[in-house]
Amino acid sequence: MAMPAPPSEQISGFIAHLRLNGFPIGPAETMDALKLLDRMDWPQAGNARLGLKTMLSADKASWDIFDTLFDAYWFGHGVKTVAFGNPGPGHDRRREAKPPSLWHNVLPPPEAPGGPQTRDIGPDDDDDDDDDDRGARGRATQKIQASTRDALSRTDISRIVSPDDIRAVEQTAERLARAMRDRLSRRWNPSPRGRVIDMRRTIRANLSKGGDPFDLVHRKRPDRPVNLIVMLDVSGSMQSYSRLFMAFLRGLMGPWMKVDAYLFHTRLVRITEALADRDHGRAMERLTLLAEGFGGGTRIGHCLGVFNEHYAKAAINSRSVVIIMSDGYDTGEPAAIATQLARLKKRARRLVWLNPLAGWDSYEPIARGMAEALPHIDLFRPANTLQALAMLEPDLARL
Amino acid sequence: MKHKDLQQRLADTGYIADEGLAMALSLAMTLERSLLLEGEAGVGKTEIAKVLAQVMDTDLIRLQCYEGLDANAALYEWNYQRQLLAIKVREGADMSADDVETHIFSEPFLLRRPLLEAISRDKPPVLLIDEIDRADEEFEAYLLEILSDFQVTVPELGTIAARTIPYVILTSNGTRELSDALRRRCLYSYVDYPDAAKELRIVKAHMPDIDAALAQQIVGFVQSLRRETLEKTPGIAESLDWAAALTGLAVKALADDPETICASLVCLLKTEADIKSITGEVTARLIGKVA
Repeated sequence: MAMPAPPSEQISGFIAHLRLNGFPIGPAETMDALKLLDRMDWPQAGNARLGLKTMLSADKASWDIFDTLFDAYWFGHGVKTVAFGNPGPGHDRRREAKPPSLWHNVLPPPEAPGGPQTRDIGPDDDDDDDDDDRGARGRATQKIQASTRDALSRTDISRIVSPDDIRAVEQTAERLARAMRDRLSRRWNPSPRGRVIDMRRTIRANLSKGGDPFDLVHRKRPDRPVNLIVMLDVSGSMQSYSRLFMAFLRGLMGPWMKVDAYLFHTRLVRITEALADRDHGRAMERLTLLAEGFGGGTRIGHCLGVFNEHYAKAAINSRSVVIIMSDGYDTGEPAAIATQLARLKKRARRLVWLNPLAGWDSYEPIARGMAEALPHIDLFRPANTLQALAMLEPDLARL
Repeated sequence: MKHKDLQQRLADTGYIADEGLAMALSLAMTLERSLLLEGEAGVGKTEIAKVLAQVMDTDLIRLQCYEGLDANAALYEWNYQRQLLAIKVREGADMSADDVETHIFSEPFLLRRPLLEAISRDKPPVLLIDEIDRADEEFEAYLLEILSDFQVTVPELGTIAARTIPYVILTSNGTRELSDALRRRCLYSYVDYPDAAKELRIVKAHMPDIDAALAQQIVGFVQSLRRETLEKTPGIAESLDWAAALTGLAVKALADDPETICASLVCLLKTEADIKSITGEVTARLIGKVA
């Protein structure tokens, strides 16, 4: 084997390395891995790699990055893969991505005061070097909040970002989610846990037993949870709204329904897991990474295409409602939007487009992208004020 | 079995597995763990179980999952007709109610469904649990219990422990996210579309008589077709169908008769949109690449 010294320690180091990179594995896997290496005396590292890969990866994502992580750990190839969880010293230096100011207002602060990136500014000047740029980042956020507070008199939600308003948006979203929750079906389905006896099926099922009701067949009305897919535009033109829409999204993601969330600008990223992460510090980390390159142009058609190709099959069923939040300003090919929306329309039950600009008095959907998109959309609504969001309720409840 | 040997033996039966898959199979057998295979439809996930059964010279027991699959269909059921018959026959006889009951709830009246069948063989069979993502989450949890303990409890009979541990292969097409618990319990392997060299070997293995140059062209064409934007990317089964179709049509080289080729693409393209998007020009361009 290509590894000297006590293998058990090295292996548990490797397991820890994988775990930091998001592999859902624990001590049981360490034992298994040791057992595995012990059982077979493989001559080459290649075999050990294959074996461990099979044993330790759990899905396509981990399967794909395993080789990189393996090389990084055992052969010290300088691959720097970002670790979630507790960042070590020097962690922040690795990527100087855009400051994640957007997320600060959306995500509640972590419980622990020492958590990453949310340090309070002020008396604790004993920060070492490493914490300094975090502090700076925090300061920048404070500034944004302060400046937006000044303009509270205006009603357009691009202007309001006080914590109260954020909460109000979340609550509105929660109400919407509840309104849309379960449309009970009119049909009955056989179900072992149903409360009503299905007479016809019971008689049929017991014919072979001389007609005595031996096995009872129950039935119930099937649950039809609404399945929501939300795609949020975070391009430059939407920047002032994104913050509120993020809050809206978090509100929707309550216990009420299944929500799958995506961000798009020039690329599409899935943020469902990141948003649902209960560890707020880690959620921030992940969203920061995902928002990289955010604030630039938009390629709506391209992003919808990516969705159709890679996610649609798993994410959408015939009861899915797709909500796109975007102003329709697009730097890509406008015709692509129409094509991709048509494809999406085939799979989904309803397409909803919420456009913050539509609330303005003289708005006409003249942005080419928007004009191309309109024929495929079931519901086109403004979303620039809190009231406009609240007014969605009857519309969405009917979908 | 060492994975190299296994790979060789699989190849002998006509299944070309890459080293990763062979390793996964050999580990699953050595460690007696279930193997979860994921990948697009048509990359040969189900086939591997059939071939493995052939290589191990044992039976294949298949459980096809679907929405609403329950324990009765997957595990066991009492044979009610037979029980009723037994009761009727014994009506006149002098038997106590208890005896009758013990009699009708005994092994001969038990209908073994795939999961119970798989653990009650003397020689371990291959148990294929196909498209587990189609089954409900409840069933998945239930399956988890069986796959970890390899025993089944029938209330009237008691616990039936496995005689031998079957080789379990689960497949998933990713239409639903599987639970972490199931993923942790299984070894994992992702089966990808084959590269050109591997696909060529597969075609040759299945159709030994095919003209080598034509096989080369077919594989090249399918490989570049997979890079086009399609709703349903053709899998290995589709390539083989197409190869068979072209041989049947007595095509010698793809460039000879573009119209026939165009018409025969129905073997590869399975949706209307795909057929429309691969026009004559696109076909000509793809043929141009491989000819």
